[in-house]
Amino acid sequence: MEKNFDVIVIGSGHNGLVNACYLQKAGLNVLVLEKNDWIGGAAVSRELHPGILYSNCSYVCSLFRPEIMRDLELPKHGLQIVAIEGGTVFTRDGDYLASFRNYHAKKRELERFSVKDSESYSRYSRDILKQCRFIQPLLMRTAPDPASFKFRDLSEMLYLLRKVNDLTASELADTVRFWTMSISDFLDEYFENDVIKASLAVSGIIGTALGPMSPGTAYVLLHHYMGEVDGSIGAWGYARGGMGAISKALTSSFRAMGGTLLNNSEVEKVDIRGARVKGVILKNGDEYLAKNVVSNADVKRTFLKLTDPEHLPPNFIKKVNNFKIRGSSGKVNIALDSMPNFPVISENNPCLKGDIHFTDSIERMERAYDDWKMGTWSRDPFLDMMIPTLTDPTMAPPGKHFMSCFVQYCPPKVGGKSWTKENKDAFGETVIQQISDYSPGFKDKILHMEVRTPKELEEEVGLTEGNIFQGELTFDQLLFNRPIPGYAQYRSPIKGLYMCGSSTHPGGGVMGAPGRNAAVEILKDLNLPDSDIRDAYEVL
Amino acid sequence: MTQLREKKDRDTTFSKPLFRSPFYDFFAAQETEGHWYDWNGYKSPTILSDEELEYFSIRSTCSVFDITPLNKYRIVGSQAEEFLNKLTVRNVAKQNVATVKYTLWCDQEGFVIDDGTLFRISDNDFRLCSQEKHLPWLIDTSHGFDVEIIDESKHVCGISLQGPTAASILRLLGVNGIDNLKPFHLFQTKISNIPIMISRTGFTGDLGYEIFMKNNVADKFIERVWNAGTNHGLTAIGYNALNMARIEAGFIVANVDFISSDHAIRPNRCRRPDDLGLGWLVDLKKGFFNGKKAILNSKLEDSAAFKIYTLEIDGKEPAEGSVIYYNKKDEVGTVTSAIWSPMTKKSIALAQLKLGSSKSKMENLWVEIYSLKELQYHKLMKKVSIVKPPFINLARRSACPPSNC
Repeated sequence: MEKNFDVIVIGSGHNGLVNACYLQKAGLNVLVLEKNDWIGGAAVSRELHPGILYSNCSYVCSLFRPEIMRDLELPKHGLQIVAIEGGTVFTRDGDYLASFRNYHAKKRELERFSVKDSESYSRYSRDILKQCRFIQPLLMRTAPDPASFKFRDLSEMLYLLRKVNDLTASELADTVRFWTMSISDFLDEYFENDVIKASLAVSGIIGTALGPMSPGTAYVLLHHYMGEVDGSIGAWGYARGGMGAISKALTSSFRAMGGTLLNNSEVEKVDIRGARVKGVILKNGDEYLAKNVVSNADVKRTFLKLTDPEHLPPNFIKKVNNFKIRGSSGKVNIALDSMPNFPVISENNPCLKGDIHFTDSIERMERAYDDWKMGTWSRDPFLDMMIPTLTDPTMAPPGKHFMSCFVQYCPPKVGGKSWTKENKDAFGETVIQQISDYSPGFKDKILHMEVRTPKELEEEVGLTEGNIFQGELTFDQLLFNRPIPGYAQYRSPIKGLYMCGSSTHPGGGVMGAPGRNAAVEILKDLNLPDSDIRDAYEVL
Repeated sequence: MTQLREKKDRDTTFSKPLFRSPFYDFFAAQETEGHWYDWNGYKSPTILSDEELEYFSIRSTCSVFDITPLNKYRIVGSQAEEFLNKLTVRNVAKQNVATVKYTLWCDQEGFVIDDGTLFRISDNDFRLCSQEKHLPWLIDTSHGFDVEIIDESKHVCGISLQGPTAASILRLLGVNGIDNLKPFHLFQTKISNIPIMISRTGFTGDLGYEIFMKNNVADKFIERVWNAGTNHGLTAIGYNALNMARIEAGFIVANVDFISSDHAIRPNRCRRPDDLGLGWLVDLKKGFFNGKKAILNSKLEDSAAFKIYTLEIDGKEPAEGSVIYYNKKDEVGTVTSAIWSPMTKKSIALAQLKLGSSKSKMENLWVEIYSLKELQYHKLMKKVSIVKPPFINLARRSACPPSNC
């Protein structure tokens, strides 16, 4: 086996694969090393029960950039993103608030709860779209270094300032508020009904170790809104065949271009000699050589575990240590013998094809967060559930279903101690009990269940503390501050060592933008053209 | 404002997301080759039988059009007038009881949110009708006023009778006082015990009336009207016919001819009353109203904004969606509404143009029309003349008493 490569990418998460594809496409000889015997990091689909395919971690797709799908010919390699219909919140008083793709159906459901809120929804959407227009073009550009006088940084700063200049005074005020306020306060400016507010607040807390009343959560909502399915902004879709289909298509594209991917190859250390990268050393002792190493692992794992501290400035290590990357969520994946029954809703209601929630007030969400602060999982957790098999026929036999339950909040340690098996079982039981409250007989339909706390997410996927975004998406950790001021352009203090994971700009979600942007910077350093990497589409 | 949740109909929200007006069955029965569209969440006809014939009923006999999908807000209370003076740009104190005024309302930056009609039913009782929904804005503005805002949209329905024989049909129905009803006036009456509110208003530039009533009398009412119209050429029409008439009358529509500031996402899309040619509505002498300061300030600036113009275009092609050029090369704007006008025998249009104050620019305007002829576009460059609205001015629209044909 060949030992010499131009570039080694550590980790086959979607960003690692996107990065590897672009570099291979530019003519470099790229090796991707994956510690597990499956690929995809947190964009993974494994068959844990015979015939039933799971989306083990991430479970829906919206943010993945269409420019990347096109550049890397992912549709040709089997990728299909299918739009999702609907969504619903069950309420404790025996009703539900459904949501639909159809604008009028959606408004009519809102009207059942509040006519005023239903009308406010237009203004709310307008204001969010305005913010998206401002931020979305920044996703596929390297953030400028505000302290630098390099031409490109100055011109990027100018680009940012021009965008700011495009805003009216009140829009600028709104932007600043949006980036800093809590999702709860933000929603209060538009809506009066608690169920409606709770249903919209979801996107502000997913994956975040903050409650809906914590400042900074409004931006998290925006981050979830910036995606699209075929030009429909804010829409979410399923990857046909589960989220692993994205990794599969990327791998297929990568291999078709001549790239090499090795499973069961956990990197122990980045080999650094004389302040320069030489290659990597695996746990099994194997060594691969390359002048460039790109880490898809998060910033803590990369610099606190894979890199010897002797090569790093102390200030840098301190900043890495202080980077907020707190585990806040878990996942319960369930194989079901038949479709669960929700008695308050008619069976043919398409809203069940979307996300299903039980948290019908902001207060309840905040209380769930209080448990996390006290160092335990929420007794009354917030669940974001989906049954992709109602839309995707490839994941289970007819009539059988896969149900994905994203669970918040779930701490990386329980009362300061490592998760035990008993804890894990009790956590799973809490989730199942909540579902059973709304769906009698649910327990009897369970064929198999995979419970994942932050501990499993860290051990299996490699995400520090199980944080799904590889670092909180708060304003102090965004743009030129992500992950660390002065190192926001995918480079590290060590020549030849790069970052391409969600710890970098523009952050988490299955977006691919960090991997792509990192490829642009690496090619720049190697004096290679990046003409095969297209600029972001003008969307809005 | 929170209403009780209706659980019984909740499945219809997704199976039939568009509302049916109480007149839906009547209009559906008139359909021979129907086309329907979504107007403000209601399933509404664009064409029922034949667009041109429907249009000619407006201009030659009488048309009946369902205006139920309009938003209808009832504004009642001892400070209703003061509240409406804050909300809208006209001086409501000057509006007499039993009259209707065309008006508009702006946001705090003086950008137009919507236009609509304000019915003064009594001293402290108004109805505001509009194309777009505004409940949150009305409630926000009502802070501190002794006023109640009731969204009547789903409880009150209405039809519009427009055309030269409209008055005759109402006479046949036994509406007393139709001969004395002046344009933009209203009264409440009963037809065969059905309570209605009738106003001499409309969106066609022709003789016409708008009639509002409670949903539960709609069936009975429309049956009477239809029977009375038998010998007066009464024709049920869809929006396309009405749209032709309203362009001839020079009326603008929110989110067609201008973008409501409630919807605008992009910079520079919002418009002030002057930009819409509606500066004459704004009473700058009255006290504070939403957007007053911004409108005053904007008058001090050199306006570089887009404004709405009414245009006549050479040749016979309608110019819908076309780009307008100065000197055949510099883009200055876009046509927002256009038709071949059967009444004037001209190609006419409404357009948003950015011309500044240059008079010479106005003399040298051209429109690029792509005319599709058997799968090939003929690219035409036609001369454009700016004219004063309206395109038609019919004596019968304002004759009192109305004609007896």
